[in-house]
Amino acid sequence: MTGRSSTEREALAKQNAAIMAVFERAGFEHIAPDIIQPADIFLERSGEDIRARTFVFNDPEGNELCLRPDLTVPACRYHLSHAANPETETRYSYLGPAFRFPDELLSPQEFNQAGLEWFGGVDAVVDEARVIKLAISALEATGLSKLKTTLGDLGLFNALLDDMAMPARWRRRLRHQFWRPQAFHALLENFAKPARFKRTSISPYVDAIVDRDASQAVSEILATRSFPLVTDRSEADIALRLSEKLADRSEPPLSPDRIEKIESYLKIHGTLTDVVKPLKSLGTTLQFSQACQRFEQRIAALEDQGLNPKRFHFNANFGRELEYYTGLVFQVEVDNRNAPLAVAGGGRYDNLLQDLGAIKPVTAVGCAIHTERVKAVMS
Amino acid sequence: MTAGPSVTLGIPSKGRLMEAAAELLAKAGHAIDRTGSERGYRGKLQGLPEIDVAFLSASEIAANLRDGKIDAGVTGEDLLRETIAPADEAITIALRLGFGPAKVIVAVPECWLDVASMADLDEVAEQFYQRHGRRLRVATKYKHLTRRFFAAHGVTGYRIVDSAGATEGAPQAGTAELIVDITTTGGTLSANQLRILDDGLILDSCAVLAVRNNNQQLQNLIKALSKSI
Repeated sequence: MTGRSSTEREALAKQNAAIMAVFERAGFEHIAPDIIQPADIFLERSGEDIRARTFVFNDPEGNELCLRPDLTVPACRYHLSHAANPETETRYSYLGPAFRFPDELLSPQEFNQAGLEWFGGVDAVVDEARVIKLAISALEATGLSKLKTTLGDLGLFNALLDDMAMPARWRRRLRHQFWRPQAFHALLENFAKPARFKRTSISPYVDAIVDRDASQAVSEILATRSFPLVTDRSEADIALRLSEKLADRSEPPLSPDRIEKIESYLKIHGTLTDVVKPLKSLGTTLQFSQACQRFEQRIAALEDQGLNPKRFHFNANFGRELEYYTGLVFQVEVDNRNAPLAVAGGGRYDNLLQDLGAIKPVTAVGCAIHTERVKAVMS
Repeated sequence: MTAGPSVTLGIPSKGRLMEAAAELLAKAGHAIDRTGSERGYRGKLQGLPEIDVAFLSASEIAANLRDGKIDAGVTGEDLLRETIAPADEAITIALRLGFGPAKVIVAVPECWLDVASMADLDEVAEQFYQRHGRRLRVATKYKHLTRRFFAAHGVTGYRIVDSAGATEGAPQAGTAELIVDITTTGGTLSANQLRILDDGLILDSCAVLAVRNNNQQLQNLIKALSKSI
């Protein structure tokens, strides 16, 4: 591609004006975050995966800059630099280009995102339903129909783990790997095996701290083996993890029924109304039953927005590639020549603003529409 | 001059790879004749007039093969896999030549007594970010191999620092926390107090003959070489 013709440009602009009109009418202030962003914020936040797809370059002073790979982080930075108090409820919308190296032959390297971000909202379930409704309304305003919306919910998964007896760090590991199914299953299998039979190259170091002060043992090993302490990891950091490894040895493995429960949860999918029963069948433990209640509230909230929950799909396994989502995640697909094409996505990311510098936690939920894909389906 | 189009074979222009490749070709009965006209950067194979030889650096061979500038090449599998996307089906390894063994590995400082595996590394990466607000840095010249391997192991919380040389010194110099590099005996690693992760073998590499589009004009060469390995 070398650009858009006058007709193509006008057609896209007209379509996107229809999308933005929906967002603006709903009270989302239309802002224009910077296109050029400090690279660190994206790279430190999202890791190497996103770096491989981001246009990174240096300014004359050697600072690393990038072309924004999406507009969520730029909108957050805009908010932090403009809002007197970041926790005050604020609603933004935006339309503009984002840039990524193509990961498949078909995806363009520059594309326009239209989206909205809702910071500091107080009623999570209601706000989320509203965001889904706005995404769908905006897509419909372009003339799209037969939309298929899939939801996932990290709240359910987190609650399921919270109610299960296991070391806190195992829970942390499982949450962390939720996004990577292959690594997740390897981890689960690992927790199912009795740890004491697994010898590794560092087992002698774990042996060395048995019945001893771990920090002192670490100091001694480093001194006798003449291993210099390099990197910013301290002896205490190393001793702490060795102690956890030692604790793992006497930890009973994750029982088959608990593994079965996690796996059955991850297999649950179907329309929102159909999955309520299988979800509830997973147990009545405290956190999980509360999460199920919130799930039913979500169904009611969608109905309040005039949406039919039977037309929404829930998939427990549904993940997004960006790890900053903390609760609801959703994606809207449309049939494009018999193959589904994702045209919008979004979710809740309550940790991101604090991660970017807000003093206190700020709730956040948003969505973005891939405008060229919408155009491609419509033409 | 021969009838029909000729094909170009890339051979490393210097070093042990060049010597071993020349030796193997001679053993197969197709010794290299350097042709003088282009200052020794071109050559022919005895008995195979349809093949032109181009002397290139080992890393250029992989890139030229990818870009279709040469039809075949002798280079390290590490450089080939780093340079050519796994999805590129046009380029295949016709023969593993056996010489130039090198392992591409993940190594961490010996002082990380608590890190044995990629799973440990992922956990440390997460804690490191929470504690220091920055990502673990991996020094390497193999950024694609690193990304693919780390992604396959579910490790994402890291950054790559380009390293052209003396990669093994990066953790002590404070420019990276760990490295991805090649090793043959492991001597350089232990001298720099680095330890290979238990599951940190990315690639067991050696010199290979890689060809583009299964080129028929190279079949005689492949046959002769395979008998001589």
